[in-house]
Amino acid sequence: MSGIRRRDVLTGATLALVGAAAARASIVKGELPWRPDTASPPPRVEPGPWQFFMPEELPTIEALADRIIPPDPDTPGGKEAGCVVFLDRQLAGPYGSAEGLYERGPFIQGVEQQGPQSSNTPAQTYRAALQALDQYCRDGRGSGMPRGKRFAELAPQEQDQVLHGLEGGSIHLTGIDAKQFFDTLRKDIQDGFFADPIYGGNRDMCAWRMIGFPGARYDYRDWVSRHNERYPLPPVSIAGRADWTPHNR
Amino acid sequence: MVRRLPHKDVAIVGLGWTGSILANELTDAGLEVVAIERGPWRAAATDFPPNYAQDELRYRIRHELFLQPAQTTFTFRNRMSQTALPIRNWGAFMPPNGVGGGGVHWNAETWRFLPTDFVLRSHLTQRYGARFLPADMTIQDWGVTYAELEPHYDRFEYLCGTSGQAGNLRGRILEGGNPFEGPRSRPYPNPPQSQPFSHTLFAQAARRLGYRPFPQPSGNLSRAYRNPLGVRQGPCSYCGFCEWFGCGNYSKASPQTTLLPVLVRKPNFVARDQCEVTHINLDPDGSRATGVTFVDSSGQEWVQPADLVLLCAYTIFNVQLLMLSKVGQPYDPVANRGVIGRNFTHQTISDVVSFFDPKKFIFNPFIASGAIGMCIDEFNGDNFDHGPYGFVGGGYMGQVQTNGRPMETTPVPPGTPKWGAKWKQAVKENYLSATKPGTGVHGSMYSYRDVYLDLDPTYEDRFGRPLVRITMDFHENELKQNRFLTDKFAQIFQAMGARQMDKQYRRAPYDITDYQTTHLCGGAIMGVDPKTSAVNPYLQSWDVPNLFVIGASAFPQNAGYNPTGTVAALAYWSADAILTRYLKSPGPLAHG
Repeated sequence: MSGIRRRDVLTGATLALVGAAAARASIVKGELPWRPDTASPPPRVEPGPWQFFMPEELPTIEALADRIIPPDPDTPGGKEAGCVVFLDRQLAGPYGSAEGLYERGPFIQGVEQQGPQSSNTPAQTYRAALQALDQYCRDGRGSGMPRGKRFAELAPQEQDQVLHGLEGGSIHLTGIDAKQFFDTLRKDIQDGFFADPIYGGNRDMCAWRMIGFPGARYDYRDWVSRHNERYPLPPVSIAGRADWTPHNR
Repeated sequence: MVRRLPHKDVAIVGLGWTGSILANELTDAGLEVVAIERGPWRAAATDFPPNYAQDELRYRIRHELFLQPAQTTFTFRNRMSQTALPIRNWGAFMPPNGVGGGGVHWNAETWRFLPTDFVLRSHLTQRYGARFLPADMTIQDWGVTYAELEPHYDRFEYLCGTSGQAGNLRGRILEGGNPFEGPRSRPYPNPPQSQPFSHTLFAQAARRLGYRPFPQPSGNLSRAYRNPLGVRQGPCSYCGFCEWFGCGNYSKASPQTTLLPVLVRKPNFVARDQCEVTHINLDPDGSRATGVTFVDSSGQEWVQPADLVLLCAYTIFNVQLLMLSKVGQPYDPVANRGVIGRNFTHQTISDVVSFFDPKKFIFNPFIASGAIGMCIDEFNGDNFDHGPYGFVGGGYMGQVQTNGRPMETTPVPPGTPKWGAKWKQAVKENYLSATKPGTGVHGSMYSYRDVYLDLDPTYEDRFGRPLVRITMDFHENELKQNRFLTDKFAQIFQAMGARQMDKQYRRAPYDITDYQTTHLCGGAIMGVDPKTSAVNPYLQSWDVPNLFVIGASAFPQNAGYNPTGTVAALAYWSADAILTRYLKSPGPLAHG
């Protein structure tokens, strides 16, 4: 067949690297192609400097995380649970750059049922939206809102008022689909709260302990027929538990 | 430069369930077989080991085991008057990628279709009259009967070690099974799985309401099993990470856990992974396939000559290869002519999320398997008189909740905010005592003249080939069906003692961002008339007799069940026709 564009094919080959143990075309014959040490465990978030968020964005995103998931006496809020660390690493990684998604044009706005058609990556959207949100707040628009304050400087009730405005579509941010951005932000923060703690959020499995989810346990054969009895064991992460590791005691 | 490989007897496109089944059957007969797979090789030990397979973010949210839209995607619109736009990130369905195909990430619900599903148009016409059916509904008989497929369903269930309770054993109705199923020649090879608390309560409530609940037939094994090929599987551990995930326990039936260990050891079999077939090659007059062209991950193009070509890819990719290779006449919905792209269908899914008193109910929703659950079949197919209701079709319904993974399954009562302190409190309060079946109402979707596939005029894949364009919307028949079934379903949760319910009816327009199932069907349908079907009753192309198109692409319409059992039965049925008839006298197996 002619007409295949070689450069594009090579792009496809690069794509195939993502998450695949075998990156190159191979021939399987005679035996299962099992090789030792070829598994691809997940990348673990390590403490360290911010990889995506810039210093001026941090107060804003941390305040947003704490309004989406406010702290309470039993369970930390979004900031303390690590949701911003989670989001930072996600936006610095394949999620932020929309890796693997279909990014060919033309980009035409369709009906809602056709799905998002933006040419912006999540990283670009967050960068623009956080700045636009702070600008919106400084402008003091909205009834009873103060002027000259950034989102993080507003009182919690005022912050909630802004979030309701984004969610309901009454607040417009320059160059941003504000409603869609808020929907993405809400899901991302909540994903960080509930994802395995190896990704930076759900610190000490606080979200799993809050609801009673035992995490990455994998074998409930002894409990499947014990109806209406609370499962007795504490949660465990893909990386285990702190009390399994002697030097952490 | 295109390089040419040595000739093979058979070239198979795609190494999922159907490709593995056909390859195993045809290599048993001594044929030289090559299977060409677009995605990577996948094995439990290296790709989803139990020390990190249970990762909701990686597999469920970021879709690691699936095809990436950047590799290829589809365009979508509801109506012919709209401009179709590309699916940039998956939503309504999740196309598989890699060896094992959908068999890697499925839930393993292993159903048979009803005997009447295979003769749908003639059955409904006989019972209700032709005028009962909407004028633009294009449902057809399949050209194969349940009785003909029964031995092949049986083979697949014994290959998989399906765990279930027979309801109709050679015509005898058995207590505890599905009384509506077609007669089966043998019981399931394994007993049903254990049922968690909410699934058990659902069955008790259904029984009180006069229904006959039964355990969902499951390819998650209730006990250790050695299949007829000698491949062993372990018992399911109810981990709650099944659909969207690979099984690290070897306890979910898949090509990896049932067939491939035998198949790859055969000297007359070879598989190529990371190779995408781009074309079916035809002789100059287009009446015979000469092999396929594929591109490997380095960009090298290859020609693989073969006597027999079997398309065993995912539904739409089978159809796309036919279109791009100019096999068969493309469907034209305006003229109502042509066959390739015709009778495309999906599913009509809805759910009822229910909230119970946390002081009285601890459901432990995280204890589950992919095909766990108790179901009723009173409202499937034509198991009830549709006369008074003015629609056709139906589905099974059940408490089939597969997980308590918290990104997906932290339901809150209707009216709760989506964020903030009240949301957090509601999540905490309801997690252990809510039920969220997921695909609770598993309704059929019948075929219509204006629901179809063709090639998009604008958008291209990474090879510069046109994407397939989906034109699809729900029709009033399916919406009526769904309202009726969803209300019946909610009554059972009411009887279980739910104090609040969220009835999530399926609504039009069809939304490409809202996950239903991955059960896309049709586009290269089977039938007895070459004017209205792409393949004959043996899944052989009417136009190119040494080309077979295997899979749900052959379904003339979708029934109210998960499709894999029927897809696999058709694969065995087609393999049987190739082995016993085609090889002796290569040529058309049916005449239209």
